[in-house]
Amino acid sequence: MKQQIIVSGTGGQGILFLTRFFAEAAMIMQFQVLTSEIHGMAMRGGTVVSHVKVGPFKSPLVREGQADAGLILSKQNVELHRGLVKPDGSVFVNTDIPGDYFAIDATGLAFRAGAPAMTNLVLLGFALGKKGFFCDADVARKVLTKISPPAQLEPNLKGLDMGLASG
Amino acid sequence: MNRQEQRMLMGNEAIGRGLFEGGCSLVASYPGTPASEILSSVVTFSKETPLPLHIEWSINEKAAFEVALAYSYTGKRAAVAMKQVGLNVAADPFMRSAYLGIKGGFVVISADDPGPHSSQTEQDSRLFAHFAKIPVFDPSSPREAKEMIKKAFDLSERYEIPVMVRPTTRVCHARQNVPCKKPKLLERQAHFEKNPSRWAATPQFIYDLHKLLNEKMDKIAEEHTLSPVPFASLPSRNKQCVIASGVAFAHTYELLEEMGLFDRLDLFQVLLPHPLNRRFIDMIQSDYEQVLVVEETYPVIELQLGNGKIHGRKSGLVPRQGELTPDCIHEVLERFLSGRSRAQKPKGVSPAKRPSLCPGCPHRPAFFAIKKTFPRGIFPSDIGCYTLGMNIGAVDTCHCMGACISQGAGFYHSYAQDGKEIPPIIVSIGDSTFFHAGIPGLINAVIQDARFIIVILDNSTTAMTGHQPAPHLGIKADGTAGPAVSIPDIVSASGVRFLRQCDPYDVPSFSSLLEEADRYCRSDEGGVAVIISKHSCPLDRRASKPERLYTMEVSEACDGCKICLKQFECPAFDWIEADSRTKATRGKGRARIDQALCVQCGVCRHVCPKGAIIVTKEGVP
Repeated sequence: MKQQIIVSGTGGQGILFLTRFFAEAAMIMQFQVLTSEIHGMAMRGGTVVSHVKVGPFKSPLVREGQADAGLILSKQNVELHRGLVKPDGSVFVNTDIPGDYFAIDATGLAFRAGAPAMTNLVLLGFALGKKGFFCDADVARKVLTKISPPAQLEPNLKGLDMGLASG
Repeated sequence: MNRQEQRMLMGNEAIGRGLFEGGCSLVASYPGTPASEILSSVVTFSKETPLPLHIEWSINEKAAFEVALAYSYTGKRAAVAMKQVGLNVAADPFMRSAYLGIKGGFVVISADDPGPHSSQTEQDSRLFAHFAKIPVFDPSSPREAKEMIKKAFDLSERYEIPVMVRPTTRVCHARQNVPCKKPKLLERQAHFEKNPSRWAATPQFIYDLHKLLNEKMDKIAEEHTLSPVPFASLPSRNKQCVIASGVAFAHTYELLEEMGLFDRLDLFQVLLPHPLNRRFIDMIQSDYEQVLVVEETYPVIELQLGNGKIHGRKSGLVPRQGELTPDCIHEVLERFLSGRSRAQKPKGVSPAKRPSLCPGCPHRPAFFAIKKTFPRGIFPSDIGCYTLGMNIGAVDTCHCMGACISQGAGFYHSYAQDGKEIPPIIVSIGDSTFFHAGIPGLINAVIQDARFIIVILDNSTTAMTGHQPAPHLGIKADGTAGPAVSIPDIVSASGVRFLRQCDPYDVPSFSSLLEEADRYCRSDEGGVAVIISKHSCPLDRRASKPERLYTMEVSEACDGCKICLKQFECPAFDWIEADSRTKATRGKGRARIDQALCVQCGVCRHVCPKGAIIVTKEGVP
């Protein structure tokens, strides 16, 4: 099992939470895992990309054109980070503009459901529904139960289900 | 995967775990990216043992270092953690600690930031260790970092010398499944053995201590177990090799595997870049015709190999600055193998979105008021979230922790000398930065009779690095209550005679206070004026209180001047392009508030000169 994933967006969108999600999912499934993220200044609304490598890797970084799949939370990042994913890899984008990727208006869905903070989970659910990753929805629920702050668990699971239902 | 308990740990947490498992009973730190989470992770792990651990967020890195150093003199294990520029602050005790040595294992963690991602330099702490004559480990992953902490304690105690562990951002902020054990029980009692010729060594003793230090380093350079690890069967027939350390080793290993080069190239991982193993240096010089060194960020290994056939940062085959990403190393390997020597120009990077202050951030109205009150002012500032005040033109300089106050004084003395009108000088400094290194600068400005305004941005936290407590809050590292030191008391005791406090959310009052402070500075009896801008960071759940909420809207009166976008720069504002078909924009573009991003602080009601930003609803949550 080897899978490389990138998660892209801007600070505050829950990129680190999704990164941690994949790491915990790999642990539950007994895979080796390495992730890379950036903290500090970049988190104040700036562009953020994190890398996830599941399987026997040594380096935490994904090279240009080597990722198997990507989650992109802000559409302006498609231009910046699409290139990290293989040409035939799966890219899931939070956008209402169709393109050379799987698109879902996760922000709109989350906002209409009254919980804009769960945008990241709507996108995750959508991508899991398309069988984009090494883990499935059951593992996802286990991981969310483990890593969500108590008050966030219910909205997180709801966001995941909304995304799954939109696949 | 083995059966040992596995935990998902960030590199910094793995380092914290290494300290915890390694029997370390004092950890001191000052927060700074990428090192901040080391200490907080030790706080978390400490709950797994009833043993006493002293864990502190020190006022700065020098204090942290000195606390840990004396603790080690009593025979117990201690560690100090900081970012690379923090070591500059701790340089004075650091340099001498090599000569005098230690008793209980003493580990110095200095986290580097190649790139840099979140630092004012790309400096290499390994070169600092070389300068100080201190051994340094260079981990390539969180798992390895944890093991190296234990090796560092062992080495430190065997030679009675401080040992550095130097992770980089990509190790600190990587996450990995890491096997964990129970902590080592050392059960040591404090025992300080007096020895003034060592612990208070005057110059007459230093020559002998220096000689002893040199001998220790020679012996460490001969330790077989610390020699670089070969990824080749030796003796090898290959005439080319790559020597790598830190995370650049991990990238290189994967690339050689992917490119199928392991049968052509030998690879060595350097665990201890300084002192580099003597026999290894001899072997490299005699057995290989071409050598490539891949290391971050300065040529530390390359300098020690010192020989015409070495290619690396110094020779220019590896770019002389910047992070060594896998893509960059890929190009380097291709150049090394093809014999082309010069680094190619890096390709252009598409523009990324710049960071900005959060919606509701109290620094924004403070900066807005400063810039509006003094359009031609000079604005020295400092390190923290508030450096982002540069986006709205209210930050002109940012150098190193605490520099802004002395820079304010420097600007004053230069303009004052010319006998012309002195421009308003408004320094901004965060609460934690003020304690870290601002206080000596403040006293110096007062006694040198400088006259300018200092705004202390007190948001009741160390926000940028993840909301660590600062000394005025009375909170210890483990979250329990402790003594607090008041900022106004320190300011008054420093001889400042103009001291006011104001909530920057009240923009009109804050602005008139700035004008009053300026009049004071220019009066005959004037001096340094201090305004404490006090409002909690809305991201800090511990500090923030319920606020009055305002539902805001941009009305038809908007004429598209963009003052709100450029001079206030709240992320909740955006721009609707002109559209002649819709009546609302009357053929012009206009500002809009994105209700999903707005936190309803209501501060923007003070911003629009046309009065177009209006409150539509107001109340208490």
